[in-house]
Amino acid sequence: MSMRQMELEVLRYDPEQDEAPRFQNYSVPCVDDWAILDALNYVKENIDTTLAYRWSCHMMVCGSCGMMVNGEPSLTCKTFIRDLPDHVRIEPLENFPIERDLVVVLDDVMEKLRMAKPFIIRKDPPPEDQEFTQSRAALYKFKQYTMCVNCMCCYAACPQYALDSSFIGPAVLALAHRYNLDSRDQGKAERLNLLADHDGVWECSFVGACSEVCPKSVDPAAAVQQMKIDGAKEWWKQKLGGGKS
Amino acid sequence: MSRQPYIRPVSKTTWYMRNGRYRKYMLREVTCLLVGVYSFLTIWVLATLASGSPESWNALLASQQTPAMIGFHAFALIYFLIYQSFDWFKLAPKAMPVQLGEKKLPDRYIIIAHYVAWAVVSLFVFWLAGVI
Repeated sequence: MSMRQMELEVLRYDPEQDEAPRFQNYSVPCVDDWAILDALNYVKENIDTTLAYRWSCHMMVCGSCGMMVNGEPSLTCKTFIRDLPDHVRIEPLENFPIERDLVVVLDDVMEKLRMAKPFIIRKDPPPEDQEFTQSRAALYKFKQYTMCVNCMCCYAACPQYALDSSFIGPAVLALAHRYNLDSRDQGKAERLNLLADHDGVWECSFVGACSEVCPKSVDPAAAVQQMKIDGAKEWWKQKLGGGKS
Repeated sequence: MSRQPYIRPVSKTTWYMRNGRYRKYMLREVTCLLVGVYSFLTIWVLATLASGSPESWNALLASQQTPAMIGFHAFALIYFLIYQSFDWFKLAPKAMPVQLGEKKLPDRYIIIAHYVAWAVVSLFVFWLAGVI
């Protein structure tokens, strides 16, 4: 295994001592097939135990280790040393308040998650004593949107959210779209009434950065654009039909 | 232990200088100014036509044939408006995905369909204008 000396420039913020964040450098002997998360773990275990950051699974499932790596929102468990220069700057995800060091406050997005009603809504009761079957074609309509791990890299990439945090934002809208596309769901109009609004899909100006940085290829920008079309259709349906579908 | 989350400031005026992705986006969005110029031009042309005065019409044509105006039109059309079209056509499959059974229609077909539609509409306009 080849080793490489890396310089990590890590943003530090201690709310009890610092008025503003500052950078601290760590020189880390890295194995070439390490991810940035491994390098941070090395720092934590061998150099500086006070460094705070979130992580759990180390396999792109838990979504907790999202950070800015050289200015790019990234899951640090899938951002490999071999693809990076010798000097790497690591910062907490942009567009969120910093709790401490690399840990950000995600309360805002957690609140917004409720608005998406991320569960199957039924008006008619589901079939009794039998499976609620769904064809593969029906599953493939929304499967990509189920891959989101809530890492919030898309929020860190979104300039719209940076400028106006009342914007519901990419991941939550993509999650709502996932349920809107589910053949078992009947809550599309209900969700669109909430989300096809000024702070919802219409706040998005299609920069597309959310999809470019998404480590799970969820493509939230696509979900938002499709919801704009759905929202417009629903609006006309309600205007012309005089009722909700 | 007290909580004092730190909020990083975001510049309302220079945010798009933060990375190339945002700059490219702004380059696309700024084409709206040229679209605005063309809207005024169209209104001017229609108003001149409606006035029924051949002198005004000839003056309008002459004003558009100076090297500066030809340069402006070439710049606006080739660089910005076509760039805007390329960008939007590239993004079209996101807004209008087509699923055939269990398979998703590859993006390139949706993009090509837009170019074909663009060419057909352009040819129709050229035909209408008597160019072809």
